[in-house]
Amino acid sequence: MEMVQAKELIYEYEKRDEEGNVIGMSRAIDGVDLDVLPGQFVAILGHNGSGKSTLAKQINAILVPSGGTMWVDGRDTRDPDELWNVRQSAGMVFQNPDNQIIGTVVEEDVGFGPENLGVPTDEIWTRVEESLKAVGMIEYRSHSPNKLSGGQKQRVAIAGVIAMEPKCIVLDEPTAMLDPNGRKDVIRTVQELRKKKQVTVILITHYMEEVIDADRVYVMDHGRVVMDGTPREIFSRVEELKQYGMDVPQATMLAEELRKRGLDLPRGILHSEELVEHIMALKKR
Amino acid sequence: MIRDITIGQYYPADSVIHRLDPRVKIVCTLLFLISLFVQNSLLGYAIATVFLFWVIHASKVPLKFILRGLKAIVIILMFTVVMNLFLTTGGKELVHIGFLHIYEKGLRTSVFMAVRLIYLIMGSSLMTFTTTPNALTDGIEKLLHPLNKLHVPVHEVAMMMSIALRFIPILLEETDKIMKAQIARGADLESGNIIQRTKAMVPILVPLFVSAFRRANDLAMAMEARCYNGGEGRTKMKPLVYRKRDRAAYGITILYMVVIVLVGRFVPFQIWIF
Repeated sequence: MEMVQAKELIYEYEKRDEEGNVIGMSRAIDGVDLDVLPGQFVAILGHNGSGKSTLAKQINAILVPSGGTMWVDGRDTRDPDELWNVRQSAGMVFQNPDNQIIGTVVEEDVGFGPENLGVPTDEIWTRVEESLKAVGMIEYRSHSPNKLSGGQKQRVAIAGVIAMEPKCIVLDEPTAMLDPNGRKDVIRTVQELRKKKQVTVILITHYMEEVIDADRVYVMDHGRVVMDGTPREIFSRVEELKQYGMDVPQATMLAEELRKRGLDLPRGILHSEELVEHIMALKKR
Repeated sequence: MIRDITIGQYYPADSVIHRLDPRVKIVCTLLFLISLFVQNSLLGYAIATVFLFWVIHASKVPLKFILRGLKAIVIILMFTVVMNLFLTTGGKELVHIGFLHIYEKGLRTSVFMAVRLIYLIMGSSLMTFTTTPNALTDGIEKLLHPLNKLHVPVHEVAMMMSIALRFIPILLEETDKIMKAQIARGADLESGNIIQRTKAMVPILVPLFVSAFRRANDLAMAMEARCYNGGEGRTKMKPLVYRKRDRAAYGITILYMVVIVLVGRFVPFQIWIF
């Protein structure tokens, strides 16, 4: 069974003028189909206003579809009786690290989710400890979150989600406000978690480098899914990506330019090591 | 300059008083404050003094920290003392300068009032010095829990308080940033009279409010995403449980109260002064 599945998903909101009168409907998501299998790492790409964040909020039932259906772990997100189950099985990490930390001490913040779920006290402590260890923040457990760097805060936020033991984690542009080091830290943490805990990861981003290892990539534009496939398939369509306002990873870009100048390189090269290998192979011939 | 503001004024130390359950500290502080007003004799004040200084000593909070809190009430204190000193009549006349008279009763009331006010501030600041704001919120929540039956949203109010405490440093930082940004754009915040300076605050407050609302919206979403659904069915990571030392603290405070009440009843102050 799919972990997350969307069929013909539509999300509309009312457009209002300055006095607050409804002047029409705006479609943020327009007929999206999505299939995410358990344990998969799925990336959703798109520039600002493409509807990717709105889609993320659908998975956590913060927003519910205006048309079509969204199932999370087999549950319809529109069913009010399943709301808390949906939110528990799909945890969410947001963009701004400051605005999602509730506790005044790191460990208290990580314990917030389990507290809400009504987990017994002793188990909260073991969960908090395990989650903080998993994201490598255990030595900061009694620190104030205000003293941490952006990347560290984001890892605490991830720990807070893991402590709820979700089957799936949705990360909504978790690195957009971070410096390059923080960005690397967060992505590495997510990768490690995926290996250790076999959780499904849905990463929403506009950084191409972060999606290279994904099992599947969706590209969104104007509320529609315009491309989907493996990273290799997606990044071999450089011209098309550019049309949607997306970049490609640097190695892919360089390979594409070299190919245009007549070098015999395959399409869809993702890593710089890969590019080096292919160039070395050309040289030997 | 804005970073100098400290709220909560917690003094971190490892002492018995710090480790006490916040409920004990709240209740005992209240009892102590009441004890200052139920009696009026030198012996009573002597007992209160011994009790207060003994607790301060046990809390490992330096006395000068606690005395610093008195600065805020110096003016009120002077006012009370002067008023009581000159306006209370009764007993022997002690001093007579022009139209000013100081009577025995006036002297006594003013001294006692001063002591009461000083101990009041010392006692309550000792509580905030030894209790983290979060523990204090937890304690208040648990103490007021019975009000839930009267449909008072105790948990929600406590949650609001603790979130406010978490966001104070963030909003202070943001204010600093906005001020610098406006100064960089040529805003003049330092000169002019008080009206001009108040007007100059508008370009700082507006962006601050906008950003605070945006943060509140984000935070509410993040809390919902983590299954926050009000206080019902919620467990606690750090539940408040009374331990031996908490019961001992209650015992000692109640004993102290009994002594104070007895002193107030059976020892008339006339014996102890003049």
